[in-house]
Amino acid sequence: MTGEAVERAPGAARAEREEVRVKVRRPRRRWVRPLLLWIAVALIIVFCLFPFYWLVNVSLKSGADLAKADLLPPSPTLDNYESIFKNSDFTSALRNSAIVTGVTTALALTIGSFAAYALARLRFPLKFLILGIILSISTFPPIAIAAPIFKLWTDIGLYDTRIGLIIPYLSFALPLCVFILTSFFKEIPKELEEAALIDGATHFQAFRKVVLPLAAPGLVTAGLLTAIFVWNEFLLAVTLTSSSSARTVPAAIAFFTGSQQFEIPLGTISAASVVITVPIVAAVVIFQKRIVAGLTAGAVKG
Amino acid sequence: MESATATGGLLGRGARSHRQYERRLGVSMVAPSLIVIALVAAYPIGYAIWLSLNEYSVRTPGLSRWVGLGNYIDAVTSSGFWSDTFTTVAFTAISVSLELVIGLGMALAMHAAFKGRGLLRTVVLVPWAILTVVTAITWRTIFEPNLGLAPVMLDKLGLPGGDVVWLGESGYAFAVMVFADVWKTAPFMALLLLAGLQVIPDDLYDAAKVDGASTWQRFQRVTLPLLRPAILVALIFRTLDALRIFDLPFILTNGANGTTTLSLASYQQLTQDRLIGEGSALAVLTFIIVMSVSFLYIRFVGGNIRALTEET
Repeated sequence: MTGEAVERAPGAARAEREEVRVKVRRPRRRWVRPLLLWIAVALIIVFCLFPFYWLVNVSLKSGADLAKADLLPPSPTLDNYESIFKNSDFTSALRNSAIVTGVTTALALTIGSFAAYALARLRFPLKFLILGIILSISTFPPIAIAAPIFKLWTDIGLYDTRIGLIIPYLSFALPLCVFILTSFFKEIPKELEEAALIDGATHFQAFRKVVLPLAAPGLVTAGLLTAIFVWNEFLLAVTLTSSSSARTVPAAIAFFTGSQQFEIPLGTISAASVVITVPIVAAVVIFQKRIVAGLTAGAVKG
Repeated sequence: MESATATGGLLGRGARSHRQYERRLGVSMVAPSLIVIALVAAYPIGYAIWLSLNEYSVRTPGLSRWVGLGNYIDAVTSSGFWSDTFTTVAFTAISVSLELVIGLGMALAMHAAFKGRGLLRTVVLVPWAILTVVTAITWRTIFEPNLGLAPVMLDKLGLPGGDVVWLGESGYAFAVMVFADVWKTAPFMALLLLAGLQVIPDDLYDAAKVDGASTWQRFQRVTLPLLRPAILVALIFRTLDALRIFDLPFILTNGANGTTTLSLASYQQLTQDRLIGEGSALAVLTFIIVMSVSFLYIRFVGGNIRALTEET
């Protein structure tokens, strides 16, 4: 703005006058808004990251340092991390979580992509009702099925097994997968499949060889959201497991703490919490776009 | 022309069997999902209702007798049920409204910040991605009496609350639960609302500006009405989640000091007190409350479902 004023003005004095006027009139608008915006941005960053930073900070402290609320660990140490990886309850919980998450995600993507393709592309009756039913499951309160499944599992020997967790997780993960994948399949141009069909491919071949590869981003999105849900799940994990043979990390950490509120091993629990959070945060940083696309898929079009 | 009709007829027969094939394929592709869901969601709900209509002997496993609605009457006439319902509803109302206000503020700031929007999105996803159990542990650590960050800071700044055992007193414990939930989910709300903001065309703002509308007027007359669908979906999503809350009170206080929610109360009856009938009745009541809210949700996204399933 000022540059323009200088160029237009014939005399230097007039240019200066003009600049002064401009300066008097403009400055408020020019920097107040960006400044406020940067303050807001800084606040958002602190709000979102600080509590987790605090946990990392505590996890690096040991002994007497734990009793002081320093913003930086005075003598950072990895002792807590060392001790949790020596704790077999924690390591077997990590293994259980990894297995349960991996298997559930793979199954949910397979079964879910079948259903999603059928719903997006094939003609058969009651589609609206079927998708409605599948979606309404995602709103079920898990507590309502916890007791019956507990009883059922004890009767048939699935209590305290990984499969006993995978099955109910699958039914809670499916709605999300089906919903996300259906909307992704809808966006793939139909002509591509029709070309394959004309070339003599069956519907199922067209699905497997044409649609699935094109829907890879959708599969990544649905897979990530499913994996995060399973990794995070707590209620069924504490209800349906009782030992380190199937207990996943969230449940293990909860019992780590014990019920005595005043004997919390602060350092080790913080370290364990950091360890199980790092994979998810890494996924979020790498796949931010995919995850946001999945989360907002339901919200925008509605 | 003639040959065309002939092949048309041939195709017609082929098309009919093709239709049948498509139908059969469609049904068999949807079947696995429906079976899993029926097995692990529909059947257990039915079983939970059955369990809630009986009374079970604590001493002799397997011994039960039919009590009809007895467990429900017990639940509804007990003071515990009403205070747990109150806690759940109050928690939902307070945290969801705070999340809406904070989330909307965050969304507007993110929308205005052109540079670094991608970075901000990632930052904002962090609280959402952190396990609820870890969230609870984080906030418990921050409010740890005497050595947690919050009491130390409050003490240093000379503000009240520094010498309070936050999780040990009712009201305070409830507040920590709300803090933790707002921290974890306001950013999620912000993402949903940001997506809504991004589909509002810029022309509308330009037109409003030309007409001399102030920033506030533009927000009130353009942004809010057009953001309404996104706000409603976000509110329903969050309400459904908040009504089911379990992890936070379990870890923070184990339900002490006025933080027992319906899900937690039902869990405690089922596991600690072995009151299967009563616990199931509570679970079914929670189910009914949550499902009545989710009807709103299904009604609201109904158009969306229809669009996904309709033939193009």
